[in-house]
Amino acid sequence: MERLLDVIAILSLVLLIVVLRSLRREHIRVEHSVSWLAACAALLILSRSHWLLDRASAFLDLTEPAIALIFMILAVFLGVFYRFSRVISELKDMNITLTQKVAILEYKLRMNEEEQK
Amino acid sequence: MSFDGVLLLVPAFNEEGAIASVVREVQELHPGLHILVVDDCSKDATVNTAQTAGAAVLSLPCHLGLGGCVQAGYKLAFDLGYRTVVRIDGDGQHNPQDIPRLLETLERTGCEVVIGVRCKESGGLQTHPIRKIGIHFFRLLLRPILGRSVSDPTSGFVAVNHRALAVFATSFPLEYPEIETLVVLQRRQFRFEEVPCRMRRRMAGKSTITAVRSFYYVIHVLLGVFINVLRFDGRPRGKRTGG
Repeated sequence: MERLLDVIAILSLVLLIVVLRSLRREHIRVEHSVSWLAACAALLILSRSHWLLDRASAFLDLTEPAIALIFMILAVFLGVFYRFSRVISELKDMNITLTQKVAILEYKLRMNEEEQK
Repeated sequence: MSFDGVLLLVPAFNEEGAIASVVREVQELHPGLHILVVDDCSKDATVNTAQTAGAAVLSLPCHLGLGGCVQAGYKLAFDLGYRTVVRIDGDGQHNPQDIPRLLETLERTGCEVVIGVRCKESGGLQTHPIRKIGIHFFRLLLRPILGRSVSDPTSGFVAVNHRALAVFATSFPLEYPEIETLVVLQRRQFRFEEVPCRMRRRMAGKSTITAVRSFYYVIHVLLGVFINVLRFDGRPRGKRTGG
C-alpha cells in the first residue's frame, strides 16, 4: 500500500511537471491546464494524506484504501476527460461556423470583385 | 419552368471526375437554374473543374463533412435571398431531369421538403450490403417516430422551401445529415413528401462510406436520431407553423 501511494505521488508530480512545461512552451493554454493541475493536486494530496484516504474508503464502504484511491483516480480523470470532450465539441462547432463564414465571405468578395471588373 | 429564386446546391468532395458532367447536364436541361457547387476542401481539381464548367463555387477552407458542407450552401442561399434550394449529389447519381418534378411537388403540396427517392425501376438500393441492411433498419426505426413510412431515408436528392431553408441555415445535422434531418423536420412540425426518381450509378470516384464506416454510420445516425427524439417538446402535431 505504501509503495502504491509513493508511486502515485511520483506520477502526479511527473504529470504536474509535464503540464507546467507544456504551459511554459505554450503547448496548452492556461485555461485548459487548470483541470490537469487540479487533478495532479488532488492525487498528490490523496496519496500523501492517510487520514483523507481512510475517510474516503470508509465513506465508500471499502476495507482497502488502495481500491478507494484507484476509484478516485478514475473519477478525477473521467471528470477531466468529460470536461475536455465538452471543450473539443464546442471548439469544433465554432470551427465549423468560422469555416462556413470564411468561405461565404470569400465567395461574396470574389463576386464583388468580378462585378467591379 | 421558371427557376426564379431557386438555387441548385451540389456538395462535392474529390469529385473532379464527375462534377463537370453534372454541371453541364444541369445547364443543358435547365438553362436558367443557378448552380452552386460547395467544395468540401477537396484534394483534387474539383474547384477548378466546376468553375470551368460554369458553376459558382463556394470553397470551404477546411473539410467539414457532408452536413457542414451542405449547411454552408444553405447559409449562402439564405443570405443571397433564394426561396428554394434543390440539392443533388456531385457524383452524378441524381438525374437533373427530375428537378422540376421535385419543385412542382414542393409548390403543389405546400410541404417544406421534397425528397427524391429511388424507385424500383432504377434497381432499388444500389449500395454496400451492410449499408443496405442499415437503411432497412432505419426505415423500420423511423416509421413510428415520423408516423409514416419513408422509402429511402438516405437520399441526398432534396428540395427545400424558404421555411426549411431558414431553419437549416441556422441548425443542420452534421456529418451524415439525411436521416437526422427527417427527425428534425418532424420535431419542427414540417412536412415532407417523396417523389420517385430514377437514380444512376456514380459517374466517377468512390463513396466515402466504406464497409467499416457503414457500422460507424449506423451507430452515429442512431445516436443522432435518439438525441433528436429526446429534443421533442411533446406538443401535438400540426399546431405549429415551424421556425
